[in-house]
Amino acid sequence: MKLAGLLIVMVCGGLLLYATQDFPAWGDPGSPASTHLSDHFITQGLHETGAPNLVTAVLADYRGYDTMFETVVIFGAGLASILLLRTYTQRTRGREYRHIPTGVIIHIQDPRKSLKDEREFELIDNMWVPHDLIIKTVCRILIPFIQIFGLYVVCHGDFSPGGGFQGGVIFGASLILLALSFDLRTFLHRISEKTLGLLCALGVVIYSGIGCMCILLGGEFLNYSRLAAILPVDPTHVRALGMLGVEIGVGFSVMSVMAILYVNIASAGRHNQGL
Amino acid sequence: MPDLFTEIVHKYNYWLYIILMMIGLYAMIVKNNLIKKLVGMNIFQTAIILFFVSMGYKEDATIPIIQGGHGSDAAHQTIEAAQYINPLPHVLMLTAIVVSVATLGVALALVVMIYQRYQTLEEDEIRMRVNQ
Repeated sequence: MKLAGLLIVMVCGGLLLYATQDFPAWGDPGSPASTHLSDHFITQGLHETGAPNLVTAVLADYRGYDTMFETVVIFGAGLASILLLRTYTQRTRGREYRHIPTGVIIHIQDPRKSLKDEREFELIDNMWVPHDLIIKTVCRILIPFIQIFGLYVVCHGDFSPGGGFQGGVIFGASLILLALSFDLRTFLHRISEKTLGLLCALGVVIYSGIGCMCILLGGEFLNYSRLAAILPVDPTHVRALGMLGVEIGVGFSVMSVMAILYVNIASAGRHNQGL
Repeated sequence: MPDLFTEIVHKYNYWLYIILMMIGLYAMIVKNNLIKKLVGMNIFQTAIILFFVSMGYKEDATIPIIQGGHGSDAAHQTIEAAQYINPLPHVLMLTAIVVSVATLGVALALVVMIYQRYQTLEEDEIRMRVNQ
């Protein structure tokens, strides 16, 4: 098996290396990939879309359909992980809680019953870890700044490096950091599974909704220039504003799918304990 | 022999991506552990990303964000295509990175399911238990 694999890899690599003879040299401005359409994007992109960041302009305007269905793929991944892993079976054995101020441990027989004031109790199960003051304090200070930065990256995607995908991933990472530094219960208390699922779908709805709104205003699907009828801005900026709208939708989807994937995989779908 | 050397120097990005891609392919074919296969798949995807991004590079060009494109005088300046690198590969890889994260998530979910059912991630042991 090892030898056969090595042979396949060698043959494939050799063929690919042989084919690089015909490839353009590195950094050649006249290479086929950098002519034709790319020239048009660079020279006309700012005039046609009003967004200085050409990557965002191509992503959200010229290739708007691609990005929309990319968002649907992300949504599908979140959905698939829920459908594969989520289980709703309750444990029948009961749970143990520790009262944090006094250290008294109580046992609850009925699995459906929950405590009134969960802040003062911590659940003790096989994944239980002691309170770590340093990690929790550092993360509590760090998370808001990470989230502000994520929002900045989403909103400034037209003018500087950034956009919905990157900002959404940064925001999702801050949520995962919360779940890692505290525990999954705290995380799901802050932002429930239902909210995450709704946000995930909301992102796709925002994207396709902006596209449909362009149709209602008399243009083609995702023709943002038609939004000038309802947005009180300079007509040269209206396309950039439409792009910002769809980027926000992408950001919602990516952020919540990151959190959904983490929550479901880390707890194997039971949502009671994390890493 | 000097010919081959200059060829490699001029096209070292292709050599690097092919080496990375073959490492990933080897891991996907040969490794027995499913997690290692997934790591191989990710290395493979990274190689493709490296290939695309390196194709977009131009000598003496900067990132594809128009300089001074914010203000009202932005519409009057002339833009040379040689000033900025090609934005298209960056767009394609931007979406590819996120999709690779999504595929990795679904793959990990499947791995978790497999582990719950067979209590192992080694491929030959799983095959043995399937046949039992």
